[in-house]
Amino acid sequence: MVLIGVVLIMAGFLFRINSAVVVTISALVTGMIAGIPIIEIITQFGEAFTTNRYMSILIVTLPVIGLLEKNGLQQQASRIVSKIKAITVGRVLTMYLLIREVGAALGLNSLGGHPQTVRPLIAPMAEGAAETKYGKLPEKEQQEIRAHAAAADNIGLFFGEDIFVAVGAILLMNGFFEQNDIPADPIAMALWGIPTAIFAFIVHAIRLRLFDKKLNKRLGSSGK
Amino acid sequence: MIFSVEMIYILMGIIVLGCSIYILTDRTNSRRLTTGIFYLIYSITLMFGNLIPPFYIGLMVIVMVLIIAGGGLRKSDHIEESIEVKEQRRQRLGGRLFIPAILIPVLTLIGSKLLGGVTIGGRALLDPSNVTMVALGLACIIAIVTAMAMTRGTPGAAVKESRRLLESIGWAVLLPQLLATLGTIYTNAGVGKVVSNGVTAIIPEGSLFLIVVIFCLGMALFTMIMGNAFAAFPVMAAGIGIPFLITQFDANPNHIAAISMFAGYCGTLMTPMAANFNIVPAALLDLKDKNHVIKVQVPTALFVLVFNIILMYVLVSLKV
Repeated sequence: MVLIGVVLIMAGFLFRINSAVVVTISALVTGMIAGIPIIEIITQFGEAFTTNRYMSILIVTLPVIGLLEKNGLQQQASRIVSKIKAITVGRVLTMYLLIREVGAALGLNSLGGHPQTVRPLIAPMAEGAAETKYGKLPEKEQQEIRAHAAAADNIGLFFGEDIFVAVGAILLMNGFFEQNDIPADPIAMALWGIPTAIFAFIVHAIRLRLFDKKLNKRLGSSGK
Repeated sequence: MIFSVEMIYILMGIIVLGCSIYILTDRTNSRRLTTGIFYLIYSITLMFGNLIPPFYIGLMVIVMVLIIAGGGLRKSDHIEESIEVKEQRRQRLGGRLFIPAILIPVLTLIGSKLLGGVTIGGRALLDPSNVTMVALGLACIIAIVTAMAMTRGTPGAAVKESRRLLESIGWAVLLPQLLATLGTIYTNAGVGKVVSNGVTAIIPEGSLFLIVVIFCLGMALFTMIMGNAFAAFPVMAAGIGIPFLITQFDANPNHIAAISMFAGYCGTLMTPMAANFNIVPAALLDLKDKNHVIKVQVPTALFVLVFNIILMYVLVSLKV
């Protein structure tokens, strides 16, 4: 019966209802079906909302990024890239993917991130590279390049971070096995993440190369 | 402690409060009252989350969600400054514009690694409960001051620019916090237990390959529904990992852990529920299609998922 909440979430997606609304309804309904009194559900809801405030930490970065953008940060980023010859969208993003993944593997999760790095730096750099090559970009290609910039950040972060021992996921799994009296070793867990991390990098780097070829085909390889 | 996490939350609240005041007085926004109240409530939950009884925080969150549901959250018309104006400003600072942006990660790193265990007069300098978060907050304060000094910007300008970005993110700013909240309610309601019972009932006994497939796909799918691989792991490990893979097939728990979490991350790459990674960036980058980032990620996620299944199967069957 408590699974109705999970079903509600899926239904919400299918009918494209606002996710914030769906999530809240699912939480309230699940709690009620489980027989938790409504006052208690709302209390738990508020308590968890407060505990998870750190999830919204990106708000502190907004003043910095906003001020810099107002003063031409994006223009400056595209300018730098447009000066470098023969650089492509794929190469810019592969480079970022590598830096992001290796950084995360060393515990440097804050090296990237969407509000801090992708929006002010990586997306404009990739767009700048394409503009140097093909001139002004059609909207479709511009949107695709931006989406690729965000994807490179996520893929680099996810498959890099579990190689770092002190990361939440490793600690969580180690704790879980400990509770179940199964001997585990966080360092071994981290090391056994390496094969997947390397594979993910190779696959995505190949896809970025193909993306370059696709742009060439659509927008002409000669350019300026 | 000298710098606590609460201080960072208060700073976040002040930024959002400033945004709400600008919105409340902005005549270009046809819903300035409800939009302003939304951000006002949000700033109160950030600043005073620890002081206000949780029941009232819960009610406030429900009011915010009602504003979203009723279409009361609307973006103001921002007059984008022309490229020429920005170009003029750019020429003044040039490459130095990057300094404040780079300060954030660099100072966070230095702060959390070097100042993590520092005590002054017996008090911890940074809140030991969340060193990284405090270091990030302090790094941002230094970066804000630096950016204001360099650009000759006022605190008012900083808040105005924050408001532009905050409004472009819109309701998605709440989602990560709401999802984590949902996870807590699910746990309290026993959803995890039900799922693991169900999985145990349908599992085909004896076929290692099928069990590995169901385990990895289950991690990915459950993560897609919950938006969080952390929530999926305890359920799938209790339901399949321990009883079947470790007990029956003598698998190495370290292999299972490393690979299954990555299988979960493949799910994270494919779901709008992981709003912080997939939906918020789409908003930040002004993408027309909110699922555009996900669409780009799906092929890589599927390749890596298949690789994870094969790797886990090989490692367990070889008993490495």
